[in-house]
Amino acid sequence: MLDVVDATEPRIPALGVDGPLLAQWLEAFLHDEIVVRRNTYRAVLGLSGGVDSAVVAFLCTRALGAENVHALRLPYRTSSPDSLVDAQAVVDALGCRCRDIDITAAVDGYLSMEPEADQRRRGNVMARVRMLVLFDQSAKLGALPVGTGNKTERLMGYFTWHADDSPPLNPLGDLFKTQVWELARYLGVPERLVAKAPSADLQADQTDEGDLGITYAQADRILALMLAGYNDAKIAARGFEPREVALVRERLDGTHWKRHLPTTAMLSNTAINEFYLRPVDF
Amino acid sequence: MKVAIVQSKPRKGQVEENIAQLGAIFAQLAGEEPAYDLIVLPEAALTGYFLEGAVYDLAFESEALAERLGGLWRAASPPRAVRPVAIVLGFYENAGGTYYNSAFYVEIGSASQRIVHVHRKMFLPTYGVFDEERFVSRGRRLEAFESRLGRMALLICEDAWHAIMPTLAAIKGARVLIVPSASPGRGFAAPGELESVRYWRDVLRSYAAEHGVFVLYAGLAGFEGGKGMAGSSCAIDPFGDVVGTLPALGEHVLKVQLDLDDVEIARARLPLLGDLAAVLPDLLGSVSSGSAAQRAELSGSPALQRGEP
Repeated sequence: MLDVVDATEPRIPALGVDGPLLAQWLEAFLHDEIVVRRNTYRAVLGLSGGVDSAVVAFLCTRALGAENVHALRLPYRTSSPDSLVDAQAVVDALGCRCRDIDITAAVDGYLSMEPEADQRRRGNVMARVRMLVLFDQSAKLGALPVGTGNKTERLMGYFTWHADDSPPLNPLGDLFKTQVWELARYLGVPERLVAKAPSADLQADQTDEGDLGITYAQADRILALMLAGYNDAKIAARGFEPREVALVRERLDGTHWKRHLPTTAMLSNTAINEFYLRPVDF
Repeated sequence: MKVAIVQSKPRKGQVEENIAQLGAIFAQLAGEEPAYDLIVLPEAALTGYFLEGAVYDLAFESEALAERLGGLWRAASPPRAVRPVAIVLGFYENAGGTYYNSAFYVEIGSASQRIVHVHRKMFLPTYGVFDEERFVSRGRRLEAFESRLGRMALLICEDAWHAIMPTLAAIKGARVLIVPSASPGRGFAAPGELESVRYWRDVLRSYAAEHGVFVLYAGLAGFEGGKGMAGSSCAIDPFGDVVGTLPALGEHVLKVQLDLDDVEIARARLPLLGDLAAVLPDLLGSVSSGSAAQRAELSGSPALQRGEP
């Protein structure tokens, strides 16, 4: 009998990242975009207490220095107190600047006129008020807003359009959530933030994985296969639950519009971004 | 032959600023002893790579650009001590209203300059993040050319991802392949090096070793709208060994000293190019002289269909 090397296991995309290489790359990205291209040197970001904004704060500090990073804690009256504590742990670790701006009055001021608004609408109002604050603080501080959305939530449409996705720069938008966790551990983000269940914290006891109906570990690998061009049957054949594959497919295919700018009626042969084409950094 | 590979990081669309920056680099190199024989710059080195419709605003006429480079080199040189140098530069070319992604080889002297060769990129990546063929036309010729320093060929970026291109350049007598490039870095899974950089290094080393040629690769650096150009310029000898390499990030100069006689030594040790020259007519004949039915079958073969981006 000859030895048989068995290499018949289905191949699943490996989503590991090299922490030092990736951190150096994203640091250079932020420096080039903020300092070289826009001739400024400050960044402002919302620090939620979650891992994504913590990673962005760490990266901005590497690129710009702690004194040039303005973190904003933007609690609403129902926000978890733990979120504030976890955000503070990031500020303490980095020594960056930090300010608290309570958004309750702004959110409730509007919602008092819309008392029947459900949780989804209320969550979107909170996200949009946070963005309003971020851009206004940007103007005040002369600091560029930096976004924190990751690739998984972008692909699943799990964000508020023209809120979480609106800052002009985003270092994490091409990283799946599980890759953000790996990068966070390399950067030295406090372990409590990396290990806790991710949550939008728009209502009590909310978790991302509860909202989405799938774990990030599974969603990321299914999304990676879908983006590589595999159909649902081939993905299920690699050992994934057909129910989960269908769930991810539905979210992916139902949210392409959220990953684009508004649809403009094209009326001429000089329509912007259709015929008149210039790159964003031109 | 003393070579400088300049890994530059232009400001998008700021041509005059980028030319001034190139003048500063020339000033750094022009006074050095012993003198440089060849300076190689990346693809789209004076404008940045992703220009979209601004290609038509910023493309250069090749003779005018050569004159500008000549003047820049002479101005950067010590007074009354201009040393001759050859420069390879990638640029968007306006050839009488037809636009190309080009690179030229210019010999600069104390009073004038001469374009020795212009290569127009033949393989225009138009998939995924790339959209070249929407804005520029394909080059139609691959040539090796004689220079004062020896016989060379230019390949621009994706030109060098098709193994037949370095192969034909070597068959046409090139001893040095010069590859100006602009390669957005991607793939962070492997330890220590970008996957796209590793791929480049692997294919270039393989061409150098198989054909016994030097390869000089000049990669653009800097971020363009989130796409990070992955520099990693390098020089590879005809044995396939990396003589020197630059980091992926940032502006740098790689200085190397090459002995072109190594080409003969490498080819004597591993005479694959001679073997290929003997067999190539039969190989090419089997592709080009088949029946119409065979050619149709080939052009419709699954291997030639474009896959998912």
